[in-house]
Amino acid sequence: MVTKVATRQAFGETLLELGRSNPDIVVIGGDLNKSTMATMFGAEFPDRFFDCGAAEQNMMGIASGLAAVGKIPFASTFAVFGSGRPFDQIRISIAQARANVKIVVTHAGIITGPDGMSAHGIEDLALMCSLVGFTVVVPADAEETTQAVRALAEMEGPCYLRLSRPATPLVCPEGYEFKIGKAEVFRPGTDVTILATGIMVGMALEAAEALARESIKARVVNVSTLKPLDRETVLQCARDTGAVVTAEEHLKHGGLGSIVAEVLGEHCPVPLSMVAIDEVYSPSGEAEQLLKLRGLTPEQIAQAAKSVIRRKAGSNGRG
Amino acid sequence: MTNGQRACTKLSVEEMSGLTRAIRRHIVEMTAAAGSGHPGGSLSAVEILTALYFNVLRHDPQNPEWPGRDRFILSKGHCTPVLYSTLAEAGYFPVEELATFRKVDSRLHGHCHNSTPGVEHCSGSLGQGLSVGVGMALGGRLDGSEHNVYVLVGDGECDEGQIWEAAMATSHFGLDNITVVVDRNGIQNDRWTHEAMNLEPLPDKWRAFGWDVHEVDGHDLGEMVGALSNASERDGKRHAIIAKTVKGKGVSFMENNPGFHGKAPNADELKLALEEIG
Repeated sequence: MVTKVATRQAFGETLLELGRSNPDIVVIGGDLNKSTMATMFGAEFPDRFFDCGAAEQNMMGIASGLAAVGKIPFASTFAVFGSGRPFDQIRISIAQARANVKIVVTHAGIITGPDGMSAHGIEDLALMCSLVGFTVVVPADAEETTQAVRALAEMEGPCYLRLSRPATPLVCPEGYEFKIGKAEVFRPGTDVTILATGIMVGMALEAAEALARESIKARVVNVSTLKPLDRETVLQCARDTGAVVTAEEHLKHGGLGSIVAEVLGEHCPVPLSMVAIDEVYSPSGEAEQLLKLRGLTPEQIAQAAKSVIRRKAGSNGRG
Repeated sequence: MTNGQRACTKLSVEEMSGLTRAIRRHIVEMTAAAGSGHPGGSLSAVEILTALYFNVLRHDPQNPEWPGRDRFILSKGHCTPVLYSTLAEAGYFPVEELATFRKVDSRLHGHCHNSTPGVEHCSGSLGQGLSVGVGMALGGRLDGSEHNVYVLVGDGECDEGQIWEAAMATSHFGLDNITVVVDRNGIQNDRWTHEAMNLEPLPDKWRAFGWDVHEVDGHDLGEMVGALSNASERDGKRHAIIAKTVKGKGVSFMENNPGFHGKAPNADELKLALEEIG
């Protein structure tokens, strides 16, 4: 039986823990604090907790101002309200100001489910990775979330942490240590590399298991930091395996696939296939239904792996 | 240590009056040298910034990062000419550096950036500064700091919804260590504010959002100092000073002329402007 824990639960608990040890940590919310679990911090530290109501532009500015006087602000809301809605405020008051603000969003992606397309944050990684100097992290599970929240609080500079609404499987191996900017091999393999982020890491591991039954050795890499990308590991994997699949719960444009393609295209062009949402918004529905609808499944990842392996063989054959 | 120990000497109205002339000269000279920039809304705010930097703010130009300093935010961030000129006169950097404004190797960017000595924040997209000021005020209150926050917004800038989000939040959080000054020069980029987007009744709007409103002549240094000093008191209130000003003040052909919102004077215009400013 797979254990499932919501990444936002891990966020709420870790934030509270950090609040107890570091008085400079303050939390800013936007009337979604029960859902983001920021209320756990707010209940114990009401003086350091600022609910800005449903006004995300102001919320990001306030976070910047708090950082400017030495606080470590965690600004938390849903993915769509913590990226696109206040993008200009993040760009100028946080990115250009190099403000030490930690934006933590929950309810990212289509697995937010029945609330429908307006609530499906599927463009946020493209937006946030476009910002100069931002660190962008998508943890694979609750355990990695805990470590990432601690690491982001420690580092100096603006960050974006992307979390989900539903409980998701624990997939990180025992003893795993998260490091900002480090992609980690979760399963060895030599035939193809699957670079996955967020909830797709678990599916990539499932896909690798299925591929193994067909004697295909797929390497699975958890790319939890999208920015700065661990170019070294990505390029090493491309050279080692000669074929790459990316998997993410985000639009194809501007997410992990795009970022990896940038690096591979320039330095190591190998066959690449991107498992992502392809130029389409999604209806209301349950998480599992929507993932299937958009082809974000272990089966689709396995199929993509086989296709890049075929392309690799084809190009080798032609010399 | 009280903040006051590091305060600059307070200048008299007469002394400040002389400075406003120098600052106006800098504004037209630096925009002319750059060939671009925003002289109109800079000239309207000269007395506001002079009163702040030479009488009201507790700051230390030799130590711009002094934690106990009062914070000033120019939310109407296109008006860097008046901010840089004032900062230079206050001693944050040499007056000669103003000639580098908007040049590629200069630290005097077209819009505010917090890497410039004395500049507290980044702006350029209107409406953001008050929110940043609210954050600074909340942080100051949390630390029990004596520092006050002053935010200058444009009147056209009050079209932006974020101004009102921040105005609402300031009173919701019960802050009394932050003051807003509205540079009510009546003109925005394209035309008169009442033509572009009617703001009136502007004082009532600020009152409705929980602010104590003071309407003053924004070119009267005595009135500005009085209103700002009154607003600096920790009296449980938030003060919004609506400073009635003239866009382009001090240069007749720039006064009340939307054409000089975002256009630099040419060589002939500069000559005329300097003659008028004296």
